[in-house]
Amino acid sequence: MNLLLNIAVDGIAYGMILFMIAVGLSVTMGLMRVVNLAHGGFALMGGAIAHWLIEKGGLPFVGAAALAVLGTVAIAMPLERVIYRKIYGFGELQQVLATIGLTFLIIATIDFWLGSSLLGIPLPETLQRSVDLGFRQLTAHRMTVIVVGCLVILGLWALLERTRFGILLRAAVDNRDTASALGINTGHIYMATFALGAGLAALGGILGAELLPIDAYYPLRYMVLFLIVVAIGGLGSILGSFIAALAIGLVETAARYVLPDMATIITYTLVILFLATRPQGIMGRAS
Amino acid sequence: MKLRSYSVAGVMLFAALAAFFLFPYNLAFLTRIFIMIILVLSLDLVLGYAGIATLGQAAMYGAGAYAAGLFAIHVWADPFAGLVVGAVAGAALAAVSGVVLMRTTGLTLIMLTIAVAQIGAEIANRMREITGGADGLRGIRPSKILGIWDFDFIGVTGYWYACAVAAFVFGLLSVIGRSPFGLSLRGVHESPERMEAIGVSVFQRRLIAYVMGGGIAGIAGALSAQITQLVSLETFSFTLSAEALIMLILGGTGRLYGAALGTVVFMTVHHLAAANDPFNWLFVIGGLVLTVVFALPSGLVALPTSLKRLSKGDRHARS
Repeated sequence: MNLLLNIAVDGIAYGMILFMIAVGLSVTMGLMRVVNLAHGGFALMGGAIAHWLIEKGGLPFVGAAALAVLGTVAIAMPLERVIYRKIYGFGELQQVLATIGLTFLIIATIDFWLGSSLLGIPLPETLQRSVDLGFRQLTAHRMTVIVVGCLVILGLWALLERTRFGILLRAAVDNRDTASALGINTGHIYMATFALGAGLAALGGILGAELLPIDAYYPLRYMVLFLIVVAIGGLGSILGSFIAALAIGLVETAARYVLPDMATIITYTLVILFLATRPQGIMGRAS
Repeated sequence: MKLRSYSVAGVMLFAALAAFFLFPYNLAFLTRIFIMIILVLSLDLVLGYAGIATLGQAAMYGAGAYAAGLFAIHVWADPFAGLVVGAVAGAALAAVSGVVLMRTTGLTLIMLTIAVAQIGAEIANRMREITGGADGLRGIRPSKILGIWDFDFIGVTGYWYACAVAAFVFGLLSVIGRSPFGLSLRGVHESPERMEAIGVSVFQRRLIAYVMGGGIAGIAGALSAQITQLVSLETFSFTLSAEALIMLILGGTGRLYGAALGTVVFMTVHHLAAANDPFNWLFVIGGLVLTVVFALPSGLVALPTSLKRLSKGDRHARS
């Protein structure tokens, strides 16, 4: 029983991180139909900026994290405008290649700026404290991750279902051409969505630095992990990404507890088998 | 057509000969180019001909490398037997994974191909007693080629051995490319619906192409195991798959000499950039990739045609 609870808590925290990083990828892929392999780069940017602000600038954790997310958004917007907008029209393979090239450039930039060693993000003492859950001690940081993850999904739900932007975004995901013909400025929606996704990835990167350590090669190392969440959840589905992220978080954590040597192999094999039977993912529409 | 393909083959053999005498101190690097040419050719069959978007060709390369390495250590050190074992291992992995993978398309397919390579790396990493884990598989000592030529320290034998294997693969693929099967692959690539409508099993053709490509990638892996006498986890790496894809697109897909040309150009740029600045060469590679995608979408082989059309004032020079 204790084991199950442990798996549940750790798996959910891990899943929340995956969700925050991957949800932007899912929405942009569903909206712009672009295969974006560089998305992990935004999580890396967030983590790297936060590391630099804390270590070199002496800023407190929360301030540094907020600035890092804003900084990543500020980088993502012109990037979308200048490079991604051209990529949307490409074939699948060209998109893959262009975003790999972009990933290499992001890695090279971070490597040039901060070196290729581990970029630690020290947590404030308030987050390092343990909270007694009855069956185990849990750091406040894990709790924060779970709470922030819940807030993100609630916020996204409110944004999509309760605001005008949400209506426009859903219209654009459903049918880009019709939405554009009805006078919706899809260009602005693309940029706003892309920036939001990048910002969430940065947040996930910073909060998840304990589980997915930040260094220059981060985007390559975890590329498949983020893509798996998107593919299993179904392109463009926020709820799908959420379920998929939690499922992967729980499966991988369970495997790590029970068969630590086989965790990655088990997870990937299950993913392959799942996608073989349901290629469009949990919430995806059959093409 | 015949004459042209003979002249292309002649030019390439001449280039191999010239490189041997011009850069006698870079034989290890030149041999590496031949190995990569074989890997990129295998990708050209899978992606350029059959249109299967994959970022995991390294999976079969790694399988071939480990299989050939283990075979040489434990069973028989004959190089050609090693190549056969590598090819069988690559083809077997492609067959097992392809049965599942070839049912998917698009992003899912790309992602699953990466996942297969990562599973391969993970298995090689965990089975430390057999594969050497993160230290790599050591102690591969291939015996004399045909019982005559020993692998020497400078790499002269390795160079001509790799050159011969690359030439063999190139010839094999040009025969396959012109065969009815090769043409049907092009059909599957260009319009799977129509091929299905005229009674071709698209899944079966894609699977066969994937298995053949896997076998050839396995040969490349086996060759690298024999020549470097070491197999590391890097053989399964995503970077290797991605670089092979970059080389193929750089040269131009669907044409075998494009694959060879792209490999030579990319490897040379990579080598020079890494030698000049070991820390920042990734900038050069990233920049190169974006340049190719934005400015040369059909690859280097299309450059003369584009320039010719451009000079005639045709506005559709890039199509």
